[in-house]
Amino acid sequence: MTDDVLRLTMHEAADLLRQGKVSSVELTQATFERIRAVNEQVNAFITESEEQALAQAARADQRIADGDANPLTGIPAGIKDAIVTKGVRTTAGSRILEPFVPVYDANVITLLNEAGFVMVGKTNMDEFAMGSSGENSAYGATHNPWALDRVPGGSSAGSAAAVASSMAYWALGSDTGGSVRQPGALSGVVGLKPTYGRVSRYGLIAFGSSLDQIGTLTRSVRDAATVLQAIAGQDQRDSTSVPIEVPDYNASIGDGVKGLRVGVPREYFVEGMDSDVREAVEKAIAQLEGLGAEIDTDVSLPSTGHALSVYYIIAPSEASANLARYDGVKYGFSYDEGGSMWADMEGTRQHGFGEEVKRRIMIGTYALSTGYYDAYYVKAQKVRTLIRREFDAAFEKHDVLVAPVTPTAAFKIGEKTDDPLRMYLNDVLTIPVSIAGLPGISVPCGFTTADDGARLPIGLQVIARPFDEATMFRVAHAYEQSTTWHDEFPPL
Amino acid sequence: MSLTPDEVRHIALLARLGISDEDVERFSGQLSSILDYFEELKQVDTDGVPPTAYALDLHNVLRADETMPCTDHADILANAPVQENGYFRVRAVLEE
Repeated sequence: MTDDVLRLTMHEAADLLRQGKVSSVELTQATFERIRAVNEQVNAFITESEEQALAQAARADQRIADGDANPLTGIPAGIKDAIVTKGVRTTAGSRILEPFVPVYDANVITLLNEAGFVMVGKTNMDEFAMGSSGENSAYGATHNPWALDRVPGGSSAGSAAAVASSMAYWALGSDTGGSVRQPGALSGVVGLKPTYGRVSRYGLIAFGSSLDQIGTLTRSVRDAATVLQAIAGQDQRDSTSVPIEVPDYNASIGDGVKGLRVGVPREYFVEGMDSDVREAVEKAIAQLEGLGAEIDTDVSLPSTGHALSVYYIIAPSEASANLARYDGVKYGFSYDEGGSMWADMEGTRQHGFGEEVKRRIMIGTYALSTGYYDAYYVKAQKVRTLIRREFDAAFEKHDVLVAPVTPTAAFKIGEKTDDPLRMYLNDVLTIPVSIAGLPGISVPCGFTTADDGARLPIGLQVIARPFDEATMFRVAHAYEQSTTWHDEFPPL
Repeated sequence: MSLTPDEVRHIALLARLGISDEDVERFSGQLSSILDYFEELKQVDTDGVPPTAYALDLHNVLRADETMPCTDHADILANAPVQENGYFRVRAVLEE
């Protein structure tokens, strides 16, 4: 089998399976051959599950033969290691969960198993999803397939890199402040964050519970819509999953953009933005106009500049509470030097957590502590209200908003690790959407050539009203289908 | 906004994080500059603005009170760092 088969979209591969031109077992074996050939350079997986994957593939082939297949059946996919999988080790990129084998499946995994998917493994990530580069993993940094000395983006680093380098047809990620859209943009694949409440978080290892949402990394917008269709909907085990109907996304995805009102918020073209990124996004907007969209560049979301502070108070505050459960008693790494209960618990957390996780627990603990709670946490929650209101007002006049995903393309590994604040600035254009709980998608919209000659992908962000992923997919799909960026693959 | 080493140690204690002297040094600088950055929020007029805890307008979500199968006892204990007689073994809470 040639590598070309591994470069297909999920839908294209599913067509081959249904036509009997290839079997799921063959696709799965080819995927693992590819993993053995390139993963050493990319480090996209923490745990591979070849044996289970081949068993899933054999079952999928039977379903396909029985005429009981859907586009996910038999297609190899990666799952971010923040999503628990019964019987398959799940670490969240942390040493503190190194030996942890979940005893139940996340709701999304139950749904994907019903659809007959094939899980090739658990993808590498910034520890507990805290990071924008994939460097904060206890299992080593993930490398960008477009330029191996650069980051693939994060925190869903391995998911994006695996899809970009044909080690999976698609992958699940999770997005708290941009952790699916940003690696999607930096790795040249489609990154979808659904509306907060669209997908059950049951079984997603918690980081910032008011922000976390499971999303997808795919090679096409249609694949993103199809995977979302499979995992969306209310689940009683997550009280924040919303009981509203999930529309048939693929029924409207090809409806085009004619007459849609597209707003371009000026605050998203920030100072210090790379000129190639700006230019690529401006060209993409012109392309949408050519396709019949009504572009309005006179849109302002004045509180955008405060979103970074709001996020880096709220998310660490929630994290400091969520991560209190890692005490070395019930599961995971346990420090045992014969000390007192407190000494061993403090040792478990000192040696089990990495530096960025500790930093955020400290920020959150401080922001929630007596005397600072109102000044930091409550203030951030109030500004969060303003950010949401500004989006609401913009969506009275516009069907979607479009913007860059990141101010720059992929940066070098190690370039920003010594300066946490500079690292946080990567998220400046993805965080506002998370704070407001909106759906957002990143679509490849061009390339830039770095000083060292590396050719690096750029992403376009499409943002929609809450629970209106359908319109977002229409715009993203219309743009994607009018370009050829998705036909390009990394040199790896 | 500058955090003293003692303040950093106090926050680490509240979070039950063991911390080395080297970390105290590094974190006090880094956390101070992050907190400095947050100062910009003070310019935002939030008088009369209610806080948002999360982006949905859902309250008091209820479900039917039905019995469901629960996870097997032995499966859960299999992840325990130390177990004894079917229980999690923990360090002594009360010291002599």
